[in-house]
Order: sequence, then C-alpha cells, then structure tokens
Amino acid sequence: MADLTSNFLGITSPNPFWLASAPPTDKEYNVRRAFEAGWGGVVWKTLGEDGPPVVNVNGPRYGVVHGADRRVLGLNNIELITDRDLHQNLEEIKRVKADYPDRAIIVSLMVPCEEGAWKAILPLVEDTGADGIELNFGCPHGMAERGMGSAVGQVPEYIEMVTRWCKENYSKPVIVKLTPNITDIRKPAAAAMRGGADAVSLINTINSIVSVDLDIMAPEPTIDGKGTHGGYCGPAVKPIAMSMVSEIARDPETAGLPISGIGGITTWRDAAEYMALGCGNVQVCTAAMTYGFKIVQEMISGLSQWMDEKGHTAVSDFVGMAVPNVTDWQYLNLNYVTKAMISQDDCISCGRCFAACEDTSHQAVLMSEDRVFTVNDAECVACNLCVEVCPVENCITMVEQAPGTVDERTNKVVENEHGDWTTHPNNPGAVAAE
Amino acid sequence: MANATSTSGIISGRLDRKVLSDNFDDLHAPLGEHEALVAADRCYFCHDAPCMTACPTEIDIPLFVRQISTGTPEASAKTIFSQNILGGMCARVCPTETLCEQACVREIAEGKPVEIGRLQRFATDKLMAQSHQPFERAKPTGKSVAVVGAGPAGLACAHRLATFGHDVTVYEARQKGGGLNEFGIAAYKSVDGFAQRELDWLLSIGGITMAYGEALGDGLLLDSLKAEHDAVFLGMGLSGVNALRCEGEDLDNVVDAVSFIADLRQAEDLSRVEVGRNVVVIGGGMTAVDAAVQSKLLGAQDVALVYRRGKENMGASVYEQELATSKGVRIIYNAQPMKVARNGKALSVEFAYTKTKKGKLSRTGESFSLPADQVFKAIGQALLGAPEELAIDGGKITVDEHGRTSDALVWAGGDCASGGDDLTVTAVAEGRDAATSIHATL
Repeated sequence: MADLTSNFLGITSPNPFWLASAPPTDKEYNVRRAFEAGWGGVVWKTLGEDGPPVVNVNGPRYGVVHGADRRVLGLNNIELITDRDLHQNLEEIKRVKADYPDRAIIVSLMVPCEEGAWKAILPLVEDTGADGIELNFGCPHGMAERGMGSAVGQVPEYIEMVTRWCKENYSKPVIVKLTPNITDIRKPAAAAMRGGADAVSLINTINSIVSVDLDIMAPEPTIDGKGTHGGYCGPAVKPIAMSMVSEIARDPETAGLPISGIGGITTWRDAAEYMALGCGNVQVCTAAMTYGFKIVQEMISGLSQWMDEKGHTAVSDFVGMAVPNVTDWQYLNLNYVTKAMISQDDCISCGRCFAACEDTSHQAVLMSEDRVFTVNDAECVACNLCVEVCPVENCITMVEQAPGTVDERTNKVVENEHGDWTTHPNNPGAVAAE
Repeated sequence: MANATSTSGIISGRLDRKVLSDNFDDLHAPLGEHEALVAADRCYFCHDAPCMTACPTEIDIPLFVRQISTGTPEASAKTIFSQNILGGMCARVCPTETLCEQACVREIAEGKPVEIGRLQRFATDKLMAQSHQPFERAKPTGKSVAVVGAGPAGLACAHRLATFGHDVTVYEARQKGGGLNEFGIAAYKSVDGFAQRELDWLLSIGGITMAYGEALGDGLLLDSLKAEHDAVFLGMGLSGVNALRCEGEDLDNVVDAVSFIADLRQAEDLSRVEVGRNVVVIGGGMTAVDAAVQSKLLGAQDVALVYRRGKENMGASVYEQELATSKGVRIIYNAQPMKVARNGKALSVEFAYTKTKKGKLSRTGESFSLPADQVFKAIGQALLGAPEELAIDGGKITVDEHGRTSDALVWAGGDCASGGDDLTVTAVAEGRDAATSIHATL
C-alpha cells in the first residue's frame, strides 16, 4: 500500500486529507473524532478577535441543492466564524495538538483589517503549538459586511498587507484562503505571494441563493421570512474550484506557490484530480458534513490503490502532473479530428443522443424505423454531447480519425501535424508557421 | 380456530382474519413520496419512447414520469387520464411486464425497468384523492348515445363522449358498474373498493346516466336503442363461459372461475368465502391465475393450475405464473381434462398428458388424476346475446380500427369486439377511440 504521508509547507500529516475550516472543526470534541476517524489534519474553524463572540442566526443556516435520491450536490451556509470564546478555542487547540502530534492543526483566523488586531491574536495562536495559520479572506456572508472575510479577499492590496503583518508576527507557515467571488483568481493569489504567504488555499464558498420558497416568496434558508446569500460549496463547485486552482498553478507569476485544494472533494478521485492540478494537499468539508468523518477511510484506500496501480510511491509524485496539459484554447490542435461512434452492442435505444443532436446540435445522429441509432460522419462535429447524455457509459465513444483519411464533414484530408488557432488562416493575427 | 387448510370439504374460515387480510392486501404497495421521486428519476426520458408505443392507450409515459419527478403529480395524472380515464385501475391491473415495462430501455439494459405501473398509480391516486376530475363537459350538444356495458370499454367511451358534450346512457346488466374491474380481476389488485370509487369519480364529469339491470337481448333491443339514441356503443364483454367438453362437467362444484372470482370480489367478509381443501383450476389465462392464487390465499391446501399447453403458450404472463407459484399454486403444463368423476364427497379429475407438435395438440397416452373439492373452469369466455344483425368474426363483433360495426349507427369495443388483447387497457383504448369516431359522425 502506497505511503500517503504528506508534507505540505514542512507540515507533515499521515495523509493529505485535511478537514477545512468549517463547522466540523469548530471544537475539540469534533476534531478528536476526526482524528480518530483518520483525518490527516484539520483547519480549525475561524477564530475572531478577543471579546464578545460573534452570534449566529437561530434559524436554519444551510440550504441544499439535491440530486436524485436527495443526494447533496451543493450546500450553502450562512454560518459565521466560531461563536465560541477565543480562549476556550485556544485551550482546546493546544490540548488536541499535544495529544495528536502527528496530525496537522492549522488555525483559521479572521480579525479586522488593522495591524493591531493581528498582532494581538497571533502570539496567542503561536502559543497553542498549532502547525500554522490560514487567513480567512473568503467567507462571502455576514462577516464581509463588517469589512472582513471576502471583503478583504476581493482587494489584493489588503491581502498583501495582512499577509505581510502575519508573516512578521508569526513564525510558522501562513496560508491565505482565497475567495472565488472575484473576476481573476490570479490577482489575489499573486498578492498573497507578494505578502510572503507560504501557500494559498482555495476556494472558499461562492455567493449563492440555493432556492426560493415559492409560497412565502423568500430565499432559502429562510429566517423569519427573509433570506440572504450564503456560501456555496459541495460537489457542484468542484469544476469552478479546479479551474481556479489550475490558473494559479500555471500562471508564470504564481507557479510553484503551494496550493491547498478545496471545493467539493468527496472521494479519493476528487482529491487526486485536485492534486494533479497542483495542490499539495486537499481540504474537505461538505462530504464530511453529509456522510460523517468515516468517508476518509475510502479516500485513504482509494488513493493508495490508485497510486499503487500507477506506481506512485509518494503523494508528491503526482502533484501538478496535469498542469502542463492545461492550456489556452488557442493552442488546441485543430487538426485533431474525431467522430462519435455508437456501439450497437451496448446501445439500449433510448434515443437521447438523437434528441440531443437533432434538437440542439448538428443533426448527426440518425434514427431508423426500428430504433437503431448511428452517426452520420458528414454532419458530426465531434461535440461530445451524445457521449455525455448517453445513459450507458462508453456506449458512445469519440474515435480519432487517422491522419491521411478524409473528414467527411469538411471533405479535407486529416493532417498529421499540429495546427492551432495561432497559425490558422482565418485568424487575422496568425503567426506564420515555422 | 375451528377450520384449517387441511380441513376436508368446501368450507370458509380456513385462515384467521388477520392472515386473510394480509393475503388480500395490495399486491404492490403504493409508492411513498420519496420512493416515487427515486423511481421517477430512473426514467431516461427517451426520445419517441418505446414504453409509449407499447401502451395500448399511448400514455405519454416519459412526460408523466417527469412531472412526478418535478413535484407535480397532479399534472402527471392529467397526462395519464387524458389518454386513459381508467389510468388508476390500469396502474393496478395492467400486465406492465409485457407492455410498457417490457419495452422500457432499462429493462433491456439491466433487467430492471422504470416502475411505470407503480408511478402511474402514485400520480393517479394523488389526483383522485382530491376528488375532482380534471376534465369538464363541453357545452351540451343535444345528441344522445347509448353505451351498453359499464366495463372499461363502455366507461371510457361514455366519459370521452361526455367530454364532447353528448348525453350518454350506460345500460348495464348487473346492479353495479365497473365490469371486470369490479367483478373480475383478483381482489389484491384492486383493494379498498377502488373500482367503485373510480366509477364514481369518472361519472362526476356529468352527462352520464346509469341504467342498471338492463341487459342487451333481455328486454333491451338494439333497434330500440338506435331509435332512442343517435348512436350506440356495445361494450358488454363476454358473458358466456366456454365448456370443458368432457365427461362430468355438469357435476356439482365444477364451476366457472369467473363466478368464483365475482363472488369473492363482492364478499363483504373474506372469512365467509368458501373454498375447497383441494382445488383444481383448468385454464391458462389471467382468470385461471386469479382463481388459483385467490383459492390459495383463502386457505386451500392444494391448488393445481392445469394448462393444456406449455409454459410459453400460457396466456398469463411469466410474471403472473411466478406470482402463482410463489403463493404456492402448483402449475401443471401439458395436461388436458378427460373426465371429472365423483369420489365420495369430493371429485376426481382425470387428465391426459399432452404434447404439441407443429402447433398441433395431441395426447401422449399417459394420464393422471387429481383429487378436487372444487374444479374451476377458466378456459375462456364467449360472446352471448350479440344482436343477430351485426357481423360476427371469430365469435366476436366485427369492428374496424375505429370500432365501427357492420351497422353504421353501432360501434363496439372491449372483449366483445374483434381484434386487440383481452386487457383492461385495450378495452379503454377501444372505447375511447370509438367515442372519438362516434363524435365525428354526430
């Protein structure tokens, strides 16, 4: 079985699976349960400045987008940072870290954007023996109205400034957690880097309204007839998060900056995908909130099995392996021609490929009187829609057309050489091929 | 308990009330809200869906299933009822395993179709529980149509005619409507008086007058119906029962399976329905299975269902055959009755083994006997009382694809008419389509 030991910023943990700063890591009891279940580390739920704790709503905090059989596809929350006393949290962190020296404990922080506030809390955190801090510049609800959370994360200059304060006043790694509620994720990442951040973690939650109660005409979760936007997470946000991760991983300015991946990670495969896109480790929340802490067992066994199958002996082996293959559209090979092919042995004749192609695409799927479905290569643009709507996996596949053969749609010979938009004759800005 | 399954003779109360009540409970429990959503989600929403084509009433199944999955079962029910006003009963009694669910692409893919029948029941139950029906009568046309028979064909025809605004009088030989829904069909397929509830609900459209105790040929003449109404629809079913044509057929306790089922369906108290210790059912269709299974559920110790041909030729579906065997019915294929004889207080039925060669049935020369307290005949029904002036084809009233008979003012549908399977859903389709055809001529 592959060794899953993770070393992220010099912080070791038995596996790369951390629990993200969120309700599951709000107190000692939960964190101990998480460690007993096998989690490699936790990011303790965000602490605020000393004084009267924040208050939460006393109505519902969560809303969900359900899939079939009430599968949780997306979760949104309006819970604020910890509403427990700062010192109680600090004592608990210290106790748990002492009892679990092999696990990573990172403390998430969110205090006002003033140097004094950070200078006050950082020594207290340092004293707990925790392995590092994560700056919560991400939460889009509640605290942002008070100039914290995503209100900071949306201003790169603030990120840089606060990160610098933390690096100056704290000895261990500083991770900056980024909000996705921004146009270009590379800007806050670069700002964190300039401020001296050891890593970024992303994504925090996305501004969202998950549903509207059509009887009372109010967004859900509804608090006494009103609702507010919350932070969206869970499997639904994974594609958005992975794109943002890849942008930071491949941008020359931020390339090499360690990343902790967050967003809808539910299985070992999700984790492996994030890591392939450049994440040194991953953080999980919604999956644990849906199924409990035990899911980490599947993540551990699944990642181990896959690493063994691929011959990876350390998790660092495959971190970032997919990054070189993330490119811009303009560099995609336009001479790569594929056609959909329907396996008649696997086809169950549901006709979804036909409906999709005939109604919404290129009329390239043919349907016979006796419900035999075939592809007309002369119309097929290889869009892949039929593949994706077919309920039978691998029934429809995209088959590459061999160079030298004629593409029936364009009546052109398929070329062997790479040819992309940068050299395409239709591109007014094309550069001459060398 | 005084009586048991082993008690000799034909008696009631072989099982206690609790067991009887469990035995005759819904064959398929209704789907709960969440179950329905999960079941509906399995539908692929096929293009030009095969299930629709397989349904004799051509219900838009993908649409009604999708309407369930989006939380609008009432709209779903309207989709169903607009094609099949007896969609509630059909959801219970249709052999879906040989119709829509057999055609379901998921049956082909994984041997587990979308549960169309149960989903249809879920939607129709929802809407019917709200008591009103989603259809209204058109402005009265002043035209009047006679419908003979208040079974599925007649009721579907009457309802469709009523929606067009015509006045309809339904003449029914019995004192109660519903036809085979009420008097045929196993009790566990239509529990809690559903057939009567459905009838009342259907009639609430208005414009339909029920005339009970009026049988064609028995005081009611086609000529007078034609004189009193603008058109006539015949949907009186098959009231005759085919004979065994073997010695001893007239002995006591050799009875028609349809009568046994009708009596059982009308019984107020199942613990007072009598059944033999040993029951022999002769036949191979749904009626044979319904009689055999219900005999077993009433507490008969040994029930044999004897069919003259092989399993593959049996009119009852494989599912129905398996249902029978799962309830403890013994099915004997390839055997034909030769003689029923008295054997003390009971009977003995002698069977010849048969073989089928090139479709031709012959006896092998071997035979066996079964003891029987009761023998139920279920070898098919026959048309009785058809007006002599109408053309008859294969023992049924000749009709074209619109249900028109040889008389321009008379239409027919359901079991009494030629063509189509002897299914409730087929009868509904024929009644409905005849109504449309009648409407076009009025």
